[in-house]
Amino acid sequence: MSALSMSKLPKPQVKRADAKKVREPFGDRIFLVVITLMLAVLLALVLLPLIYIVASSFSSVAAVNEGRVSFWPVEFSLKAYEVAFSNPKVLTGYYNSLIYAIFGTLISVTLTVAIAYPLSRKAFFGRNVLMTFLIFTMLFSGGLIPTYMVVQDLGMLDTRWALLIPNAIGVWQVIIARTFFAHSIPDELYEAATLDGASELRFLRSVVLPLSKPLLAVLILMYTIFQWNSYFDALVYLKDPDLFPLQIVLRELLILNQSNGGSTNLAQQLEQQQLANVLKYALIVVSSLPVLLIYPFVARHFTKGVMVGAVKG
Amino acid sequence: MAIDAPPLIPAVREAGQPRRGLRRRTAPPRNRRSRWAEAKRSWRLQWQLYLLIIVPVAYFVIFKYVPIGNAVIAFKDYNILAGPWGSEWVGLRNFELFFSNPVFPVLLKNTFILAFYLVLASFPIPIILAIALNEIGNGWFKRTVQMVTYAPYFISTVVVVSMTVLVLSPRLGIVGDGLGLFGVEPVNFLGDPDYFRHIYVWSDVWQTAGYSAVIYMAALAGIDPALHESAKIDGASRLQRIRHVDLPGIMPTAVIVLILGVGNMMAIGFEKAYLLQNDLNLANSEIIPTYVYKTGLINADFSMATAVGLFNSVVNLCLLLVVNFAAKRITGNGLWR
Repeated sequence: MSALSMSKLPKPQVKRADAKKVREPFGDRIFLVVITLMLAVLLALVLLPLIYIVASSFSSVAAVNEGRVSFWPVEFSLKAYEVAFSNPKVLTGYYNSLIYAIFGTLISVTLTVAIAYPLSRKAFFGRNVLMTFLIFTMLFSGGLIPTYMVVQDLGMLDTRWALLIPNAIGVWQVIIARTFFAHSIPDELYEAATLDGASELRFLRSVVLPLSKPLLAVLILMYTIFQWNSYFDALVYLKDPDLFPLQIVLRELLILNQSNGGSTNLAQQLEQQQLANVLKYALIVVSSLPVLLIYPFVARHFTKGVMVGAVKG
Repeated sequence: MAIDAPPLIPAVREAGQPRRGLRRRTAPPRNRRSRWAEAKRSWRLQWQLYLLIIVPVAYFVIFKYVPIGNAVIAFKDYNILAGPWGSEWVGLRNFELFFSNPVFPVLLKNTFILAFYLVLASFPIPIILAIALNEIGNGWFKRTVQMVTYAPYFISTVVVVSMTVLVLSPRLGIVGDGLGLFGVEPVNFLGDPDYFRHIYVWSDVWQTAGYSAVIYMAALAGIDPALHESAKIDGASRLQRIRHVDLPGIMPTAVIVLILGVGNMMAIGFEKAYLLQNDLNLANSEIIPTYVYKTGLINADFSMATAVGLFNSVVNLCLLLVVNFAAKRITGNGLWR
């Protein structure tokens, strides 16, 4: 029986018991309970490590080193944060990361818009060739060393430029921006603007960009978070500790375990090691805080960005 | 010149006369499809747009295409003074050396197992998460789960690896404490090569599952509610509706995600593998990208490192093409039409 004829049935003919069954049968209710439990477990799995880190960072040195902390601070203390903020390496790293994030994002967003906007215009001769030219770089790359050679030849090694330029444009971001322009800037606007004598650049500046604030927000967020979180370029291109971004400093302190001690006294060394252990928890919190604080506000935009990019597929 | 005149042209085009009309003077009437004429016309109207793309195109040429050219040093004995093109050709010697190196099978095995494990584990979980979230309706619980599972995506690799190390630390970490409750002795997870792949893959799933679920949530939201309604009327249970309505509905998305996943298989990995590596787990944690880094930048053997990297890129591209082809054959969906 087709759905159409079903819907034509007069309502009273459906028995009461059946109506209930359609709403929520017993099996389905069990199923919902199972699903809810499963999601609760997942939630705990994601959340507990985070809580553990935060709790440890607020605990005393002794409590952390004796492994007494689980999900609530033990012997509340801010010692770890004091040590973190008095470490010159961490402060330099923070400052450098801020510079890279701000200027890197500025450069990246400008260049991305500059190539994505022409690509979004249907009348732009050569747009398909250009798009293929970009997509190809997603599929095949020269590799680490050949790229390193280019950066070396340009004299960018051990300068701030090495973190700002070589990864300035993401092809994925170009696709997102192009799709946005193509879908949300109507052709009529272009025609009206050109009739009024606007040039291409004037149209871009005075019409397209003011209408593209959601896109600009997405691009800024994506590039900022990328810059803030990346460490690979710095690892490859930088040797000068004064230029290190925060992530490289974190790697030294957290993973390679290089606390700047140098004491010969055994007791002092032990104390420093214990302090270094607590410092790790505080550093994780301090370095992820800026991103996690803005996260609730940006998550929505990020989701949108993913969607816009997906339109193409 | 007529550079300042363009305002007229689009209006003419809008009148339904594409690429003709007033401008016949420049386009010979005989071949209106002439590409050359079209290019000239586009240049005259849109020279500002071409100006705009100069810098980005230069960026792609310099930082993406010049390196592809530089990759010739894989077939040369690279000499810094002579430059990539002036160095002496050695044919396939670097590749032969690499393939006959006893490290080669180990690297290949490690890279493939890790990559396949990662794709296999990180493919189904976001789908399950998205479907589960889709089932429980719009309440605070759904929003919380979504918010929390999405958050780790924004944490940097360095921090995720440090967290993993701290949580798994045998003496201080909570996983050790948890196992202790069941009477299990503390395990040095990071010092044992057997655990490396599990740690790598599951910390990755931990970080990205919520983010990857978003795209499936969108696909699920796009399914016609009428399908669910009629399935309900026909007496389908929730499980049956998931199987026969939701899964087919998100199939095209899933295929694309899988293709992209396999296409990235060999490319990912350096950042995290390098951070999780230590002398104790090197037997399983040395993969091609980390080997390239060490050969090229630590031992400064540019030609060999480039050869290994090139091998990796080519394998990666082949994988992508094969998966795309297979997906198109089986499901009718692919990256290219």
